[in-house]
Amino acid sequence: MNSPVLPSAEPAFRGEAQTIADPKVSLRNVTVKYGDVVAIDDVTFDIPGCAVTALIGPSGCGKSTFLRCINRMNETIPICRVTGDVLIDGENIMKKEVDTVLLRARVGMVFQQPNPFPKTIFDNVAYGPRIHGLASSKADLEEIVQTSLQRAGLWEEVKDSLHRPGTSLSGGQQQRLVIARAIAINPEVILMDEPCSALDPVATARIEELIDDLRTNYCIVIVTHSMSQAARISQYTGFLDRGKLIETGTTEQIFTRPQDTRTNDYITGRYG
Amino acid sequence: MPTHTVSAFTTELNALTSDVLRMGGLTEAMIAEMATAFARGDQDLAARVIEADDEVDELESKLEREIMRLLALRQPVSRDLRGIIAALKVSNDLERIGDLAKNVCKRLIAMGDEHGNTGQKSVERMSKAVRLQLKAVLDAYATENAQEAIDVWLHDDEIDEHYNSMFREVLTYMMEDPRKISLGAHLLFIAKNLERIGDHCTNIAEVVHFFVTGDDLPLTRPQVSEIGQTREA
Repeated sequence: MNSPVLPSAEPAFRGEAQTIADPKVSLRNVTVKYGDVVAIDDVTFDIPGCAVTALIGPSGCGKSTFLRCINRMNETIPICRVTGDVLIDGENIMKKEVDTVLLRARVGMVFQQPNPFPKTIFDNVAYGPRIHGLASSKADLEEIVQTSLQRAGLWEEVKDSLHRPGTSLSGGQQQRLVIARAIAINPEVILMDEPCSALDPVATARIEELIDDLRTNYCIVIVTHSMSQAARISQYTGFLDRGKLIETGTTEQIFTRPQDTRTNDYITGRYG
Repeated sequence: MPTHTVSAFTTELNALTSDVLRMGGLTEAMIAEMATAFARGDQDLAARVIEADDEVDELESKLEREIMRLLALRQPVSRDLRGIIAALKVSNDLERIGDLAKNVCKRLIAMGDEHGNTGQKSVERMSKAVRLQLKAVLDAYATENAQEAIDVWLHDDEIDEHYNSMFREVLTYMMEDPRKISLGAHLLFIAKNLERIGDHCTNIAEVVHFFVTGDDLPLTRPQVSEIGQTREA
């Protein structure tokens, strides 16, 4: 076509990474090294409260290490060194005087394999409130156990067998038990490291529904290998690659119009 | 762009694009033959154009089924998702373009002996303009070129101007000679059909732009109103 030189039209809408106005958790220039190996490379990331933030990225990109920065679990690994600041509600949890036991009560964690204690269902949930002195009486403790199991969507299935061992439950039930245990101590942040990877689709759907319920009260950060799971349950997404945070944004934006070609290639299955 | 780790997906996406382009090629040919049929008053050619529309419709159904399958089985995201949605929307616009070209040919047959030199040049000019728009936007789609899509999008004004001038021209014929009112009405519908083809080309341009960039084009575009005055529509 013989066209005159026409100006580019300004797009009406341009996707842009949104800034989180009031982050619950903030990482500031966090670097994590295992010996000489850099696992997390100068990551700065704001995570909103009362929302689910998903971390996606290929195996070994540092997702789990990232998660462990938020409750200082990396310190339990002898060769691991963490630098930078991690803030929860603006308070730097990297300071020496911060009590990690209290920190981990504020920041609960759920792992890939359900890991109930070899105790009864009741004691699994009651354990945290007991050691943190959250219950003033037996009745109080029973109420905490009941509400935690209810919020984890497990109460109806176990209310008549609270004194059976937690390990007698199915995988999906064990994972919900572990989530009940995590929320029994009233945490502010819940970290989830591939919580559904050992579960079948039905159990996964129940956990996903539970996560969606929990987000009204908690800041949830979830690591997942399932892109579709990240798309289904999270409101914000961060893409990590080789220790670097490549792109963050609303999940809708990351999955429909990511700004970085590396993000596009990874989520569309063009990686490696 | 690197291919998918599951390479069959890349093959399927490429097949989708080539089916859309095949549809585009067919509609482009329909418009060209429609113009020839009109210029020569060739009713047989017009009838063949009407038949050709069936193939366009079949391709659209095939694309729809394939897109449904891809959405269900591949759960595409990001650029793949935008590409698949683009194929769906572009094929829909092309199907409408095929229908409109078919309508012009139906009208040509209905005009029968009334068809003469009246308005012939204007229809020819307008047909050529919409065919070039369609060609340009299909090129933009094939080469994933957002700037070319913007050019097409801005060029629709030209079609609108053709339409407005043809509208005025046909009105004068009808006023001058009441025996030409029936012919004039046919011509006005033909002009409207061609103008609609232009609109579908701009729709496709918008889809291509979103597919390539992830950004929408603005809702408003400078337009020329039917009374011939420039306004911001």
